[in-house]
Amino acid sequence: MSLLTLDAVTVLRGQCPVVDAVSLAIDAGEVVGLIGPNGAGKTTLLRGALGLLPHTGRSSLSQMPPAARARHAAWLPQGREIAWPVDVETLVALGRVPHGAGLSALSAKDAAAVERALARMDLGGFRKRIATRLSGGEQARVLLARALAQEAPLLLADEPIAGLDPGHQIATMEVFNDLAAEGCGVVVSLHDLGLAARYCSRLVLMAAGRVVADGPPAEVLSPDRLAAVFGITAFLADTADGLVLQPLSRSGLRP
Amino acid sequence: MIPFPRLLAGLAALVVALFLVSLLIGPAGISPGRGLAALFHDDGGPMTLVMREIRLPRALLGVMVGASLGLSGAAMQGYLRNPLAEPGLIGVSGSAALGAVLAIQTGVAASFALALPLAALAGAGIAVGLLLALAGPRGDSLTLILAGIAISALAGALTSLVLNLSPNPFAASDIVFWMLGSLADRSFLHVALALPFMAGGAALLLPLARGLDTLTLGEDAAAALGTRLGRLRLMLVAGTAAMVGAATAVAGTIGFVGLVVPHLLRGAVGARPGRLLAASALGGAAMVLAADIAVRIVLPGRDLKLGVLTAIVGAPLFLHLVYRTRRDLE
Repeated sequence: MSLLTLDAVTVLRGQCPVVDAVSLAIDAGEVVGLIGPNGAGKTTLLRGALGLLPHTGRSSLSQMPPAARARHAAWLPQGREIAWPVDVETLVALGRVPHGAGLSALSAKDAAAVERALARMDLGGFRKRIATRLSGGEQARVLLARALAQEAPLLLADEPIAGLDPGHQIATMEVFNDLAAEGCGVVVSLHDLGLAARYCSRLVLMAAGRVVADGPPAEVLSPDRLAAVFGITAFLADTADGLVLQPLSRSGLRP
Repeated sequence: MIPFPRLLAGLAALVVALFLVSLLIGPAGISPGRGLAALFHDDGGPMTLVMREIRLPRALLGVMVGASLGLSGAAMQGYLRNPLAEPGLIGVSGSAALGAVLAIQTGVAASFALALPLAALAGAGIAVGLLLALAGPRGDSLTLILAGIAISALAGALTSLVLNLSPNPFAASDIVFWMLGSLADRSFLHVALALPFMAGGAALLLPLARGLDTLTLGEDAAAALGTRLGRLRLMLVAGTAAMVGAATAVAGTIGFVGLVVPHLLRGAVGARPGRLLAASALGGAAMVLAADIAVRIVLPGRDLKLGVLTAIVGAPLFLHLVYRTRRDLE
């Protein structure tokens, strides 16, 4: 079942297309890694798809009314903003707002969803801590837990693992795979190509606002593309543990 | 942390207590028991007149003005995600004051009882129109602040111009005293004029609680959680303008309540901007009632102005809060 369909989505900044006629379909059970160099249009594509930016073309998400969209797709922005010194539990419970949580105490169903999200992100011991006083990486996990508490069929996460320690980076990618196994779809933008190769079921490679490759990691991450798009050479090996990618040096060929 | 319903109940009890004290204080020297009796049973004499026509409207206006300033201050801080925001930021109180000043200067204020507050409301209305035209339908919070500051500055400058060119020293002194802010000598006409605007404003601001909560995560995440930001902003501006415009129209400019009350109560609601709305409305009412009681006790017979007292008490309180916040950050 397709959770998100984009048809020739274009986002302009002034006259210049930042996202140029992108068509994509995201299905349940997928962990789609959105990769590409800085400024390739990854964030703009996700925001355009959600309808947070004016765009042309068709996005199945931006056509939904805001309340229905919030129950269908959770969005974790790149900017990690926590404006007020609320406790972790309260912050994560904001993910239940689309399901009707408000000023009064949480319903049993909402409280259970918050518990599941805290457990998934290994934040059980943090529930009463003030979110603004946590470290940057801990705040990132709390904000992802908020998106998980939304329990939407589709999760769009913009660089969720940037700034996390290796253990929590891997744990987070495993959470995405668990979600996919439970029937959700996940789109995650990331810069760590090694983790993208190992933990995504499909990669979408963007450059200059366009999708230049879309497929299984082993197909997308060819040495030619790494050179052409990122301007790097990399060690690539198909091991018993799956695809291993380690960037080595800048290639002579600059994008 | 106190449970939220208990906090609201406690604040409401405080407001009721202060309301009663406000009713029982005044230069007429009526004993509490006889005063309350005269309030409920018309004795045909001056006591009922004093209680019903002087003290009751004054106490009611204290609740209404305080609740307006507290609620709109909390809403403004929640929307801008800035604890330094206050309801006057969007230029409404300055413009309402300008309207009132023009009414005093031109003598329109003396022509009929509600001329002055109506002129102030007109000033507030013009300011909102200008603000929304300047900030545009899709503008962000920064555009709103900048447009508000510009309007405030213009209204302040025009008020100074009126004072500067005033040929009549009595009008000038009237203007200065009116601007200091007071609840003395108000009538039920003032209550009746302000109530619809304040009730309407509250009906626009209180439902913003959920949206303001989601804004804790930033505008992008809030929008993705289903909050319609354009609509929220319009309701915020309209609600604040109605409440603060009406408050300024009947009481003059009363500073620091909208800034300090949300600050004082933020810890008690676990910093949740949505819960802060109702709590600040009650807290604001309590603070203005208390200040209005104090002006009658501290200097009886000298007509100490309410706005002067809130600023004298509010500014050091605010400094203390700034100091405490700094200590928390270090």
